Amino acid sequence: MGGDEIVLLNGWFSPFGARVRIALAEKGVTEYELKEEDLFNKSPLLLERNPVHKKVPVLIHNGKTICESLTIVQYIDEVWKGKSPLLPSDPYQRSVARFWADFVDKKVYDTMKRITRTKGEDQERAKKELLEIFKLLEGELGDKPYFRGDEFGLVDIALVPFYSRFYAVETFGKFSIEAESPKLVAWAQRCMEKESVSNSLPDSKKVYEFVLDVNKKLGIE
Amino acid sequence: MATTDVKVIGAWPSPFVMRARIALNIKSVDYEFLQEQLGAKSELLLKSNPVHKKIPVLIHGDKPICESLVIVQYVDEVWASGPAILPSDPYERAIARFWAAYIDEKWFPSLSGIARGPTDEAKKAAKEQVVEGLALLDDAFVKCSKGKAFFGGDRIGYLDIALGCFLGWVRVTEKTSHLKLLDESKTPNLVKWADSFCADVSVKDVMPETDKLAEFAKVLMAKFKAPPPS
Repeated sequence: MGGDEIVLLNGWFSPFGARVRIALAEKGVTEYELKEEDLFNKSPLLLERNPVHKKVPVLIHNGKTICESLTIVQYIDEVWKGKSPLLPSDPYQRSVARFWADFVDKKVYDTMKRITRTKGEDQERAKKELLEIFKLLEGELGDKPYFRGDEFGLVDIALVPFYSRFYAVETFGKFSIEAESPKLVAWAQRCMEKESVSNSLPDSKKVYEFVLDVNKKLGIE
Repeated sequence: MATTDVKVIGAWPSPFVMRARIALNIKSVDYEFLQEQLGAKSELLLKSNPVHKKIPVLIHGDKPICESLVIVQYVDEVWASGPAILPSDPYERAIARFWAAYIDEKWFPSLSGIARGPTDEAKKAAKEQVVEGLALLDDAFVKCSKGKAFFGGDRIGYLDIALGCFLGWVRVTEKTSHLKLLDESKTPNLVKWADSFCADVSVKDVMPETDKLAEFAKVLMAKFKAPPPS
């Protein structure tokens, strides 16, 4: 589509922003302005365009603002519908994809945050919950290469950005995700072979340093 | 199109269940309403929604669909010849989805917090959040409705359903907590919209009466306050 003006307000550390970058890359959309946000010093543009949540990512497409990563991903899928559909065409399969994307949204990030921000019993509980969540996801994945089957899609996009947090979570929690959820790690590595994913995900060690830094700023030991 | 193979597992007081029923009504789809008993989840529910074990569940043929907004979108897509629930324009769809997510993630938990907050302070904070949220939604209404009666325009749509399903509980909360949440002076558009929504043919038979809901709320609060089963 010629003449599109696209701006993405993002944070390099944000798994939610990564979802949008992956979706744009899948659609072959490479011409856009990527504006880096500082969590602790949010730009006036971000506050103006996402006054409700004040969070990244925010997509500005020809002046129109879209917020909330999964809403943005579905928007991208619907606008650039000619190439690489991110959702299946069958309504039931679409409902399954939306269900699991919603599940990832409700469970993964918050549980990971509890592992990196708490200690003792709270942390142990969070670790147990995360592994249970991963078990459910592995069950849904089954033997398929991607959640959707042979094709990369919405649920893969919703979940794979958290792969760059595995190292941080493992280090804080002193456990191995690969040992407990090998299928999921294999799936993540398969996704990383796609350029759209590997170009959009930050380095795991850098994410770990970032999480340490945020904890320090928040006064968490 | 066979409609007898559509079932909704739910309960009459649940706003989330109401979303599914309104969507089916909009599409004139007949369904069997399988009501759950409070405190005892049926085998069918546990089998159909093993992940969350929650209502509503739509069963179409032998396929279960879970999560109220996922169900509404499914209904919209399957019965595509009926009136559209989501707007057709991708940007308008994104706006509707954004506000529906806001309602579920931020606004509804605050509404629950008015009655269930652990302290008076928490309850007060919850009330302020609800009122603030309604002001935001009033603004969103002006933008989405473009002068028409509903968020969806001439007919009720996705965002009308996402918010309107809570109106019964808003009224109960106003009554039991002696508050005004939908205030003509603050959110005039939503006050008018609320009446139109509740009177709509797809809504009026599934929106519970405020008194009946208030009675149910008493039973629920008693259960909520009771010590958890060991």
